[in-house]
Amino acid sequence: MKFTLSWLKDHLETTASLPEILHALTDLGHEVEDVSDPVATLGAFRICQVIEAAPHPNADRLRLCRVATYPDGPEGAMQEVQVVCGAPNARTGLVGVFAPVGTHVPGTGVDLKPGVIRGVESNGMLCSEREMELSDDHDGIIDLPQDAPLGQRFIDYAGLNDPMIYIKITPNRPDALGVHGIARDLAARGLGTLKTAPRATVPGQFPCPISVTIAPELKDKGCPLFAGRLIRGVKNGPSPVWLQKRLRAIGLRPISALVDITNFFTFDQNRPLHVFDADKVQGGLRIHPAKGDETLLALDGKTYALAAGMMVISDDAGPESLAGIMGGEVSGCSDDTVNVFLESAYWDPITTATTGRALKINSDARYRFERGVDPEYTLPGLEAATQMILDLCGGTPSDVVMDGTVPNTTRAYRLDTQRVQSLVGMEIADATQRQTLQALGFTLNGNMASPPSWRPDILGEADLVEEVARIASLENLVGRPLPRPTPGVPRAILTPMQRRERSARRMLAGLGYNECITYSFIDGETSELFGGGSDAVRLENPISSEMTHLRPDLLGGLIQAAVRNQARGAMDLALFEVGPAFDGGEPGEQHMQAAGLLAGAAAGRDPFGSRRMVDLYDAKADAEAVLTAMGAPSRTQIGRGAPAWWHPGRSGQIMLGPKVVLATFGEIHPKILRAMDLKGPAVAFSIFPENVPLPKTRSATRPALSQSGLQAVERDFAFVLDHRVEAQVLVNAAQGADKSLIESVRVFDEFTGPRAEEQMGAGKKSIAITVRLQPQTQTLTDQDIQAVSAQIIAKVTKATGGALRS
Amino acid sequence: MPDCLARDFLMPDAPMGAVLLLDNTGSCDSPLTQLQQVADMQGLDDLRLRFIGAVASAADEAALEEIRLAALGKKGEVSLMMRELGRMAPEERQTAGPALNALKDELDAALRARKAAMADAALHERLQAEWLDVSLPGRPRRMGTIHPVSQVMDELTAIFADMGFAVAEGPQVESDWFNFDALNIPAEHPARQEHDTFFLHRDAADPRPPHVLRTHTSPVQIRAMQAQGAPIRVIAPGRVYRMDMDQTHTPMFHQVEGLAIDRDLSMANLKWVLEEFCRAFFEVDHVELRFRASHFPFTEPSAEVDIRCSWQGGQLKIGEGDSWMEILGSGMVHPKVLAAAGVDPDKWQGFAFGLGIDRIAMLKYGIPDLRAFFESDLRWLKHYGFAALDMPTLPGGLSR
Repeated sequence: MKFTLSWLKDHLETTASLPEILHALTDLGHEVEDVSDPVATLGAFRICQVIEAAPHPNADRLRLCRVATYPDGPEGAMQEVQVVCGAPNARTGLVGVFAPVGTHVPGTGVDLKPGVIRGVESNGMLCSEREMELSDDHDGIIDLPQDAPLGQRFIDYAGLNDPMIYIKITPNRPDALGVHGIARDLAARGLGTLKTAPRATVPGQFPCPISVTIAPELKDKGCPLFAGRLIRGVKNGPSPVWLQKRLRAIGLRPISALVDITNFFTFDQNRPLHVFDADKVQGGLRIHPAKGDETLLALDGKTYALAAGMMVISDDAGPESLAGIMGGEVSGCSDDTVNVFLESAYWDPITTATTGRALKINSDARYRFERGVDPEYTLPGLEAATQMILDLCGGTPSDVVMDGTVPNTTRAYRLDTQRVQSLVGMEIADATQRQTLQALGFTLNGNMASPPSWRPDILGEADLVEEVARIASLENLVGRPLPRPTPGVPRAILTPMQRRERSARRMLAGLGYNECITYSFIDGETSELFGGGSDAVRLENPISSEMTHLRPDLLGGLIQAAVRNQARGAMDLALFEVGPAFDGGEPGEQHMQAAGLLAGAAAGRDPFGSRRMVDLYDAKADAEAVLTAMGAPSRTQIGRGAPAWWHPGRSGQIMLGPKVVLATFGEIHPKILRAMDLKGPAVAFSIFPENVPLPKTRSATRPALSQSGLQAVERDFAFVLDHRVEAQVLVNAAQGADKSLIESVRVFDEFTGPRAEEQMGAGKKSIAITVRLQPQTQTLTDQDIQAVSAQIIAKVTKATGGALRS
Repeated sequence: MPDCLARDFLMPDAPMGAVLLLDNTGSCDSPLTQLQQVADMQGLDDLRLRFIGAVASAADEAALEEIRLAALGKKGEVSLMMRELGRMAPEERQTAGPALNALKDELDAALRARKAAMADAALHERLQAEWLDVSLPGRPRRMGTIHPVSQVMDELTAIFADMGFAVAEGPQVESDWFNFDALNIPAEHPARQEHDTFFLHRDAADPRPPHVLRTHTSPVQIRAMQAQGAPIRVIAPGRVYRMDMDQTHTPMFHQVEGLAIDRDLSMANLKWVLEEFCRAFFEVDHVELRFRASHFPFTEPSAEVDIRCSWQGGQLKIGEGDSWMEILGSGMVHPKVLAAAGVDPDKWQGFAFGLGIDRIAMLKYGIPDLRAFFESDLRWLKHYGFAALDMPTLPGGLSR
């Protein structure tokens, strides 16, 4: 919302300075976004006279001017200044505009300094309009009438001394979309007195020949009240200078007196109006829902197809105006308009908003009606605008025609002054609270406060609290300590899941991964690669084609991040993300993932030759480390059957029992690498923290540590196995040979490939394990060891079909 | 040395007239001669000088071993003479015994010392050869990083946990009831349009309004109160979504919501909490906040909060200067919001606030561009990221 200071002062009798007004506006909730103050930018430019313009001794095109200046204004002493000027119209006796040394010239961006031009001193500048950024005119310096008062500030002389203020209006305050409403807030704050023009009616001279009717189905909701009148014999044309200046100052283009008047009321009183050229209206005006097959050429020059139900104003020829949004071109006023029909209606906010949104029309009228104009000002607004038309354009007014009634907005809420203080936390006297509400237009009846008709946002006691607090100024708030709910050392607050996420992050960063945050939405194609892309997770209004679906998995985003980094030359990558993946489109159909991606080499090249490419076992080890950090049980199984985006033979799942997947790890499927253009090798893991069971006990006590004093014994075994037998089977079998004695079984060698087959036969490999035996009661004898060894061999050969390697 | 060695020596009794049979002492005099020499101490001194001299001039460990055998071996000269002691007269033995023992000890020590010196010399020589270029890099070890958003979330958690706030969470796909209606933003409220909401696809057969990607973390207020009732104190950090993408906006960003409901909480308490938060978060001794009236449908009264700061040469300083910077929105929870969440607004009241995590991370750590937060450029992640073990804690300092 833009307005000028002088416009505000039409509504507010005040001695407050501009900074005081700006500060109060922001503090009251009307945040000042911008202000342009001509005094600050052009205040130093004063009217002067050239005493003598003589040729410059050293330059043909320059003049040497003796200038009479008045640095202290018209009442102050004259001071003669020498100025070198290049303007063709610089001449003796010219009355112009002078900027003294030290002035910032906005048009050139230069601060004036005393200077010497071609050997002659020059102090200050005779200015053109362009130098003052008033226009593009730079043909010569400003040439004023001889009677222009010497020494006066040019902005005052030219009527430009009117700061423009631009404030942000919160959606609850339609009343502040009129200058009058803003003035009311400032008056309530104590910055002056609100000036309210007396409401007068303009008597009609004849019955209005244009009838108005509201379709019955709209009377309750869409249009409770429609009023208008004909004014015959007006003379349209440019509006007066004061009105044009005002509209220009707030960025509106003056069009004609009739249109400018409607715009004036829109911004002055938050009362949008519409003017029809009555000669172009055929028959009466009907307010009705569109049937759905009409079109309307609107004032913005565009033709709109109307959907059924949109509220329109039609005459016998069809729709002439989009109710509350924009008028039609055909029945609009032009400079030739002689007979004008002035409309003032109360359009329902929701109906207006719905139509406006559907047609994507943003107009000052729609903006106001959808926030809520003052219904009770519908008729007074019509009268005031009639008067202004008569004043500016002449003419003869008809009687007012109307249909419907002013909607009743009467309501009252209890003002609990104690509650106000309790909520706001400031001491505000009862009397002050009541005064505040009255100043804002509330009617008080005992403790019951009735909001004024222009405040549709006041809908309960809490709104009264806000009004009182706002006017009292929240700047006066003093912080009051909030004690902890429980005294002493603060309690732990993280849930187990929150701790897990945190552990996963810190562990992964510790393992050398860089944390990424990628978007929760991803393109449909990538989404499908990772098992997603259904309609349930599709955005209806994506912001780009790369962000159309909620991600089914984190790896898609990580791979895209890796591809971007590879394009920048970073080939060896360890990236991770902890965040939600989406299983469906309903709230809660999401699960947490901690995903990591390794690409390229496990380490950079080094002098020790330790560089090697990442493989599945890197991913597996890191996944297991993270699971351990999150408190997952140490006894897990490794299964297969990872989803389709993993390499079918080179991926596994860390399982708890046959169903619970704690993590998936392995190589990314080569098809995915190709489709997404990631240069491999690339391995990854996806960890599902929510699948990790909660610990059964909440006790901090650890189970007792049993440390046998007896010597542990390690024995190595190598087995020849079929190539596809998994080490896990072997280890489990060995472990089961004697559960009380065998402390651990560890794989320490795998011998596989052509050389192994050469030695052991086609399709064979060898796996070697170390079994650690820890006796509990007595030292192991050779016989003991031999016995358990035999058991191990028997178990393993039975489980794997392999044999001890000789 | 011999004096010293002989001092505590106790001569064992040895039979008189024991015969020493010698066959190996080579260069030396016969034992008998030596024994006679023992008797006159001059001979013993010669023996000593000879062996000590030999030890000193031995070239290597093998030479030393030869000398040891020649002197102290089973058939060494000193050993043989000691065997003869028994045949001596007691009075002779009393002088010869200690002298011989002293000699034996001295030779022993000399041999060991010489051997140690040789080993030292050999080690020294080897170490001189064992030279590595210590300026070569160590074996590479990858150092990971924590994203600034995660780090700042941990900082927020540390600060608010100390004030008794727990961390609440909610789904990112929300029904429009939780995202809007429950927060007093009815269907046609202009504020709804200002949210630039992402909608999920809705099948034509499904009559419900489409779900949304939550446009703010405020719906977590409702869920937390529904689950826990009052009194309650929670913060809710997380991802939020708005259809906006330009220099300073990304369609996804992070907010933290704060909510405190109790019997008599006021805006003055809210101001204190925010002051304490800003002081702790920006790690300055003093902050000044300015509350400005504003409007949010879910709070009443509502306030935008500015913080006093200065910008000098692109450097932000919090707590000083003449500028005010808007950092968050806040207010007293609207009674309709409490009622929607099942909390009786006649009995309970409290405040809520919300601020942008990405934004305060940018302010605190001088990160210039929001969009880079989600681009995962390794150079950015390493430069603005945090070390794994830099877990923010209040006693340890949040960022130091």
